[in-house]
Amino acid sequence: MTSVLAATDVFSEQALTALVAGAILAGVPLMFAALGELVSQRAGVLNIGLEGMMLMGAYAGFVAAYHGGTEWLGYGAGLLAGAGVSLLMVLFCVRWGLDQIVTGIAITLTCEGATGLIFEAEFAESRPTLGAADKVAVPVLSDLPVVGGKGESNGSIFTQPLIVYIGLGLAVVVAWVLRRTHMGLNVRAAGDAPGALDAAGVSVFATRSWAVLFAGAMAGLGGACLAIVSTGLFQDTIVGGRGFIAIVLAMLARGRPLWAILGAMLFGASLSIADWAQVAQINISTDLIFMLPFLLVLVVLVLFGRRAYLPAALALPYERGSR
Amino acid sequence: MTETTATTELREPPHLSDATPGRAQLGRVGDFLLRSILPLVLAVGTGSIVLVAIGVDPIQYYKDVYSGGVQFAAWQDSLMRVAPLLLIAVGLIVAFRAGIWNLGMDGQFLLAAAVISGIGSRFEEHLPNTINLVVLFLIAGAVAAAWTIVPAVLKARYELNEIITTLMMTFIGINLAQILVKGPFQDPSTTTPQTRALDFSALLPSIPGTESSTRRWPGVHVGVVVALIAAFVVWFLLSRTSLGLRLQVLGASTRSARHMGLDVPRLIIVTFLLSGMFVGFAAATEILGVKGYQRADWDPAFGLSVVPLVFLARLHPIGVIPYVVLLSLASIGGDYAAQNAGLTPKFTLLLVGLTLIYMALTEWIARRAELGGSYFPGASYRRQRASGTG
Amino acid sequence: MTTGSPTKPAIDGSEHPAVELVQITKEFPGVLANDRISLSVRRGEVLCLLGENGAGKSTLMNILSGMLRPDGGEVKLDGRGVDIDSPKHAIRLGIGMVYQHTSLVPQLTVLENLMLGESGMRLNAADAEARLRELGGSLGLDVDPRATTGTLALGQQQQLEIIKALWRGSKVLILDEPTSMLTPKGVEELEQILARLKGQGLAVVFITHKLHEAISMSDRVAILSQGRLVGAIEPDELRSATHDELQERIVALMFGRHASQPAVAELAAEAEWGRSRRVLDTEPALELEGVTVEPGMGEIGAREVSLVVLEGEIMGIAGVDGNGQRELAEAIAGQRSLAAGDVRLFGHSIARFKVAQREKLGLRYVTDDRIHEGTIGSLSVALNMVLKRIGKRPFWERGRIRYAAILSRARELIGRFQIRTPTPETRVATLSGGNVQKVVLARELSFDPKVVVYSKPTYGLDVMTTRSVRQTIHQQAREGVTSIVISTDLEELLDLCDRIAVISRGRIVGVVENGPSAQQRVGELMVGGKAA
Repeated sequence: MTSVLAATDVFSEQALTALVAGAILAGVPLMFAALGELVSQRAGVLNIGLEGMMLMGAYAGFVAAYHGGTEWLGYGAGLLAGAGVSLLMVLFCVRWGLDQIVTGIAITLTCEGATGLIFEAEFAESRPTLGAADKVAVPVLSDLPVVGGKGESNGSIFTQPLIVYIGLGLAVVVAWVLRRTHMGLNVRAAGDAPGALDAAGVSVFATRSWAVLFAGAMAGLGGACLAIVSTGLFQDTIVGGRGFIAIVLAMLARGRPLWAILGAMLFGASLSIADWAQVAQINISTDLIFMLPFLLVLVVLVLFGRRAYLPAALALPYERGSR
Repeated sequence: MTETTATTELREPPHLSDATPGRAQLGRVGDFLLRSILPLVLAVGTGSIVLVAIGVDPIQYYKDVYSGGVQFAAWQDSLMRVAPLLLIAVGLIVAFRAGIWNLGMDGQFLLAAAVISGIGSRFEEHLPNTINLVVLFLIAGAVAAAWTIVPAVLKARYELNEIITTLMMTFIGINLAQILVKGPFQDPSTTTPQTRALDFSALLPSIPGTESSTRRWPGVHVGVVVALIAAFVVWFLLSRTSLGLRLQVLGASTRSARHMGLDVPRLIIVTFLLSGMFVGFAAATEILGVKGYQRADWDPAFGLSVVPLVFLARLHPIGVIPYVVLLSLASIGGDYAAQNAGLTPKFTLLLVGLTLIYMALTEWIARRAELGGSYFPGASYRRQRASGTG
Repeated sequence: MTTGSPTKPAIDGSEHPAVELVQITKEFPGVLANDRISLSVRRGEVLCLLGENGAGKSTLMNILSGMLRPDGGEVKLDGRGVDIDSPKHAIRLGIGMVYQHTSLVPQLTVLENLMLGESGMRLNAADAEARLRELGGSLGLDVDPRATTGTLALGQQQQLEIIKALWRGSKVLILDEPTSMLTPKGVEELEQILARLKGQGLAVVFITHKLHEAISMSDRVAILSQGRLVGAIEPDELRSATHDELQERIVALMFGRHASQPAVAELAAEAEWGRSRRVLDTEPALELEGVTVEPGMGEIGAREVSLVVLEGEIMGIAGVDGNGQRELAEAIAGQRSLAAGDVRLFGHSIARFKVAQREKLGLRYVTDDRIHEGTIGSLSVALNMVLKRIGKRPFWERGRIRYAAILSRARELIGRFQIRTPTPETRVATLSGGNVQKVVLARELSFDPKVVVYSKPTYGLDVMTTRSVRQTIHQQAREGVTSIVISTDLEELLDLCDRIAVISRGRIVGVVENGPSAQQRVGELMVGGKAA
């Protein structure tokens, strides 16, 4: 291993830009998925099938964008695909009260199998790719060093495809909805005390169903972003554990969407360290790098996990008349 | 509250079968058909539809599965696949019975495999064959068990959810295994990232009178016997020993376990270690029985596909055997059929996932008809919790 | 104690009662919970539904509040038949229900809880705050709108629930066992609130199993027993008869012809036993010295609890639920570790001993959560009886189970405690609440118990089992076993105990010798006064 302390290279503007840009690229899919999972968990549904939903979203998004010619079709398809898969979750867990964890595993397995199948059938030979997504440069700010990103191939904080800014905005909207609308109040009650919600005359099933659908849609959108924005291609290993990272992010965010963004970017950074290392000319084995995000999750869990906010009625099916 | 009579199993201590009495009774045969056969049938049926959609002839496909998995000598190959699958299943059953979600089996598996692939070749010169094999088995068990310690301690001391921690350890473990294979365990005589191959003589002996085509040494290896013994040992453990009852109490309710005076943190760790140990043995059977070496990118992912079987069998260590046999046939045959059809072997994964989904469906049907019984041991407890007073 | 509350006759001149239940029937698997019950409530009237646990009162009210649908019969509001198919519908019809187990979300603020379920998209906190002030004022209540609901005292939470039940403009208010969590002062406040509600023309129904409440707090009493309406006491009788006469009449109605004089006398005799003082001249069996337990989420913990219980004594611990009783009990049993202090058993410190060790020394714990903690529903009766002795002889020999020994032991205990179960191998989950409690008792009281902690031992049980449990405690005391009975039922404690300690916010605020003035003194202590 060459010396890591070639300080000039490590912290050069290029290297840092690569780090920041990479963090965002990798973080955005995580952000969407974590946002959705956060809402679902707040409503009391632990969605382990997130990984599968991201996969389907990635596939649907890629295909739609590829054949449709525009990224927006891809995002839409990803949304729908993710939501579609989450319908299973709604049916089995919310409506029928079956075990959430086992259902989540089943969904992930099935999606992995299905996408693996599809990948082989369609893309193994051709390996199509998408061109880089168009970026939007925030005026003035995009001229800043490192974080500006104007003209860089990967952009940086202030130069990103529009979907990224939409995502950030969405997190703010979700935070507002949770705090200041009836829908948000219902979601919180569904997760903490579904019996009270039922007694107040609100349908626990409906509330949780919407929450789960939202989570699926967001996961699908995240997957689509992964395919369209982050990598530009589709393969069956594209998600590779990100769904589970998103679940942890949601748990650690303590119910606050803005923390989910922060966490997503942090983990995005750990996922993209490979790029940074390359630019900074540090020679670390890629396997070690791939381990980093998961190690980071463990470390964070140990340090902060005890204060993770989990709604009281998480993963418990609700039955009326059974107080 | 109802005071219905429970149908009890007289031959076996009742606490092992988890069936709660239900209003309607389907009869043992009907219940078996509904619970244990129907999901498979539905999954295969759905799979056929998918095959047709891709343009593959399902009849031909399943015929190929049969010929690839059963015909001629193929069934012996399938039999050898039973070894790792059954050992992993048994390891999962030990954990799930205690209410512990050990989802890290794939990471544990690969790491244990990497370690014994790497060091196995170094021992074989110094030790007689049988001892060498036993030692390697134990090392594999120890490595896999050690890989469960972090999630175990985190759960025992800090009550951190083990689903996430074991999953994280899996991802880390898979990468660590690759690093090991490419690094210290790399076979110096070649550039392909793999470990040095063990000598033929150092592999597991075969059962006399068998033959096989998928391993380098002819015959079905004794790993299968080891797996069967393990299944019986675990059955005995769970149904007849004090440790087994403790595990079941823990699985029923952590609160009750504490109330009854069980040392819950210690139990959690012991369960994890036991579970990991069996997974390690599974890795040993595969390396020492079939492959003899390990390639860096090898990841058969046996673990996750065994999960539905374990539930289908309602966490019964002996009852899971037929399902494991079925999966083995489907996998080995499936590899062959997939090759012929130009498909990915991941198709089997799809079938497995579908099976689990259909199981959830039959669970719901049974619940609606109040037939009693449940795949998921936690289910009745969770329902009770949600319903407050009984 | 006054009999019947001062009241004017029904306020408005309309003929139809506010609520009328006609021949309501509801069946559950194996149980006929409501059997053709007909009742009515007028405006400005307080009706009490009286009956023992399991008589069908809650079921009936759940039908009225929309949680359940009746199998037969009809519900009429203001003379018009309605089909209430959900709580939402019930609320819209003006029926407000205050549940026994809180229907508030502890993590939300007071305002948020009140706004829950309203229509619209955005939360209108300003309007809600104004309405809270208005409603609170009319009832004489004052609640902080921004407080987190879980941090309010139980009495205040209940007041909040009443406000919530009235929030959308109710005409009917139903209260399910409203006094179970209250101090005597809290009960007084509740009576005042009910009076105001009556004045505003609401029809009020409250459910209870306590005789004296029914007599003192209502205008009319309807008595339910085993799913049927067995009788009613009209306002005139309520006002004119004496307390004892009413009690006799109610008992007669509840137990039918079996409630002959001897039965009532028996009940009375048992009450006498408790009130006579025993002179105990024994060594301390259990000593708590400065016991402090760290509270978990939503708990109070125990703060420097010191208590001495003599051998053979029955010591009661009275207090409103949620004041640290469970934490204290678990600390004694060994399920929780002490942050400070010591626990001594016959003079020897056991603070470092684990649950199993304490159990072996004769210290037993009958938990109040018999279903989720005290037993394992999926296991058989026989196994449940030996769950605290896993691995020990004679039931396990070198790690292997000896099923015959377990079964024979089980049969013996089933006979001794008269547990109704089809076989010893039946799963505990299928037994009735009373029999589950007997299983727990059988287990805890075998193998030579010396000190037994009972936590709410008769909570939710039917009358017969309650009696037998109390008899068991008496019996054990006669055999020299020391008992600590934690209960929220003051009557029960007065019935059973030699002395009664009062726990409040994690501290023991006083210990009272049982006797004629004990009830009053305990009540004072619970509210914060000092025992005379």
